[in-house]
Amino acid sequence: MLMGRVFSVPERMRMFFKSYVKEMAQLGVNSIGIVLLISFFIGAVICIQMKLNIQSPWMPRWVSGYTTREILLLEFSSSIMCLILAGKVGSNIASELGTMRVTQQIDALEIMGVNSASYLILPKIMGMLTIMPFLVIFSSATGILGAYATAYIGHVLTPDDLTLGLQHSFKPWFMWMSIIKSQFFAFIISSVPAFCGYTVEGGSVNVGKASTDAVVTSSVLILFSDVFLTQLLS
Amino acid sequence: MIEVRNLYKSFEGREVLKDISTTFEDGKTNLIIGQSGSGKTVLMKNLVGLLDPTSGQVLYDGRDFVGMSKREKVMMRREMGMIFQSAALFDSLTVLENVMFPLDMFSTMTLRERTKRAMDCLDRVNLHGAEEKFPGEISGGMQKRVAIARAIALNPKYLFCDEPNSGLDPKTSLVIDELLQGITREFNITTIINTHDMNSVMGIGENIIFIYEGHKEWQGVSSQIMHSDNTRLTDFIFASDLLKNMRQLVIEKEGSNV
Repeated sequence: MLMGRVFSVPERMRMFFKSYVKEMAQLGVNSIGIVLLISFFIGAVICIQMKLNIQSPWMPRWVSGYTTREILLLEFSSSIMCLILAGKVGSNIASELGTMRVTQQIDALEIMGVNSASYLILPKIMGMLTIMPFLVIFSSATGILGAYATAYIGHVLTPDDLTLGLQHSFKPWFMWMSIIKSQFFAFIISSVPAFCGYTVEGGSVNVGKASTDAVVTSSVLILFSDVFLTQLLS
Repeated sequence: MIEVRNLYKSFEGREVLKDISTTFEDGKTNLIIGQSGSGKTVLMKNLVGLLDPTSGQVLYDGRDFVGMSKREKVMMRREMGMIFQSAALFDSLTVLENVMFPLDMFSTMTLRERTKRAMDCLDRVNLHGAEEKFPGEISGGMQKRVAIARAIALNPKYLFCDEPNSGLDPKTSLVIDELLQGITREFNITTIINTHDMNSVMGIGENIIFIYEGHKEWQGVSSQIMHSDNTRLTDFIFASDLLKNMRQLVIEKEGSNV
């Protein structure tokens, strides 16, 4: 029911775009730092683990590069990254909207005749959907950069082997799959916390509870939908 | 003019408002008074449509608000302004942006006109030099004044104030009261103020409605309160011993004069 109110045409396009850009910056661009940091290290760690645990004389030498790429592309850059973002973005959205609710700012919007759900939530959802593909691409790229770091700096394996592995039977569809999945997750991590925050009643305790609920619920939903989406898409 | 007819509101079987019928007049500061928990805020929320009454009518100049469709309600709300107890300013926006917000949302004015209108409103509430500050950086009294400026930005016909004086010192309260009364008279607004500040009641009470346990106990103007024989009302207004003695003295003095 809330979603129905969210997806109505904004009253003022000018105001919508203003907050759309603001939300993209706040929710998306400000998350780039953490995405890059985590992706770099996880990329490096996956590469080392693969080399140590899977690589053996029985295996072709490209296997660790290949597995690193598949893990990064298929699961890490979309699903795990979104789980992390659910914590960061979800708690942000839920606590912001929750506080607006308990300090009657949402009531004030309603009294003015503004569709508060649409005005507050739509820019967040649209902003997240817009920025998510970029985050996924950045994440995969930095992950691979991390893997190369282990090759060049850590000398865990030779860069040639890694390159060979990364290029071995590459399917561009996996990249698209990752992006499609991330779009669903982006919707989850912006709409679920928005719902939790928007429907808060009471005081600061309830805002805290709502933001916890938001993170937990969206994480669980991401995991479930991940299973279905992976089944559907691959 | 806002008319309320036989308004009932209950929550989960418990009746909070019972058969309220009254009128709020144009160009006057209409006060709703009553103890905490008597249903003042619920009544106001019913008037503005944040809650729906269980039964009864709310007529805005003859237009029935309760029976309106969602779309009509939204249009109706553009004629209303409301000042919340906690001021409810948007804390991500500066003071000027807060006042400009309704204009940004609903008017077709240019940026320059909107800025000018917002500055005029801020001038009207005697607030200077705080335009670029954020709501968190200004005092409670200033926040209230910004809230008033925001509420009058679109020239509302109806102004609702939920305890505008709570948390303010008596002197600032007087300033706010005078401001509200001044604006009400200047623009001929129907102003409804929810209060339990007795200074406001005596000062700007041009039409007072006393709510007691969910029903309308008394209605009148401030000058009638002193001589009212409604014990519930006098008990409520003159709650402390000091005030009781004062009332007694006033009555005796007037009695000896006659």
